[in-house]
Amino acid sequence: MTDLALSVRRWPQRQPFAFLALAAAAWWLAYRSLVPLSEAMVALLPVERESHLGSALQFFFYDTPKVLLLLTGVVFVMGMVNSYFTPERTRALLAGRAEGVGNVMAASLGIVTPFCSCSAVPLFIGFVQAGVPLGVTFSFLIAAPMVNEVALALLFALFGWKIALLYLGLGLAVAIVAGWVIGRLKMEHHLEDWVRQLRSVHPEGEAARLTWPERIDAGFQSVREIVGRVWPYILAGIAIGAGIHGYVPADFMASFMGKDAWWAVPLAVVIGVPMYSNAAGVIPVVEALLAKGAALGTVLAFMMSVIALSLPEMVILRKVLKLRLIAAFVGVVATGILIVGYVFNFVLG
Amino acid sequence: MKQVKVLGTGCANCRTTVRLIEEVAQERGVPIEVEKVERIEDIVASGVMRTPGVIVDGKIVHAGGVPKREAIAGWLQAA
Repeated sequence: MTDLALSVRRWPQRQPFAFLALAAAAWWLAYRSLVPLSEAMVALLPVERESHLGSALQFFFYDTPKVLLLLTGVVFVMGMVNSYFTPERTRALLAGRAEGVGNVMAASLGIVTPFCSCSAVPLFIGFVQAGVPLGVTFSFLIAAPMVNEVALALLFALFGWKIALLYLGLGLAVAIVAGWVIGRLKMEHHLEDWVRQLRSVHPEGEAARLTWPERIDAGFQSVREIVGRVWPYILAGIAIGAGIHGYVPADFMASFMGKDAWWAVPLAVVIGVPMYSNAAGVIPVVEALLAKGAALGTVLAFMMSVIALSLPEMVILRKVLKLRLIAAFVGVVATGILIVGYVFNFVLG
Repeated sequence: MKQVKVLGTGCANCRTTVRLIEEVAQERGVPIEVEKVERIEDIVASGVMRTPGVIVDGKIVHAGGVPKREAIAGWLQAA
């Protein structure tokens, strides 16, 4: 690498604040120019803007950069925020906390603590071992995958801040209440025996002392990891969404996913649980369904159950939880999601 | 000879971590013995909450995510 290229690459590390300000300005400019750019691109193609194909293409050209841009921005910022919260520190904050307050804290920390479902089991045991109550641990485990930055960024990109905030609030509510209920059920003896026999540990969790350049580096790294992993799903999802957008008649979904169909919400949850996808793959399809008249509550319930409850996760958790505790976990969370779906459809709709 | 343990349930990141450590050790000519810890009971017993985790000579040096090459070189160099 030449000296110049190297010094350009190191620049964000040398002048972190200048870099952040410039990056934010560039991001904002790019975001503002999305609509004119997408119209210009369709205008260049030999298709009628008002045709099915033209409408589908404009949707695709506008949505793809918009979603990717928002996602990159949010993931970068969350990567920096995440660098303040390690699971070890979260555990120390939660250890010995009473239920109630503990559930609220656990669900909130679930949003900002970096979490990968492949670490769910070691994390679960680490928490229980350190004396975090079972229900509080579950609040964390429910919130962490469900209310994550990718889901929120996509909801914001596609539906606006009100729906993103509602999802945030209701997701937190489900995690807090479901964890609290599981705590009430007193199911500690439904942990696998070897888990209960583990010696308890004293939690230590000092704040990760990182410098600003290191936090910026953490932001870049999570963009590489997360955006690098999910962009094909997003592209596929938007392409499907664009197809529905251009070709399926409006209100087509209203008949069987509209809010008059009371059975649509439970059905959405039942279909959603065995499906395993991340937020990125689901949301663009969800957008297209909504645009064609599906009810918001039904669609959100579907999305939450796809993200929060998944069969592969159950299989992993089976190593530490007995079947009855897993059943209670699924039952309680599914009920919470159902209520969210109905609240959206009938109270807010 | 450095004793290196990589803790993880066999996900892609854990395999990448093992490969990286072996590569860096070979580049620098540091003799190491890599052991993969894949049983969830053993991972948990070591106190690591995020995988992949790395333990060098009995000390946890890394948890969560694929480590960087420079970091690996650092662990192998430290006496």
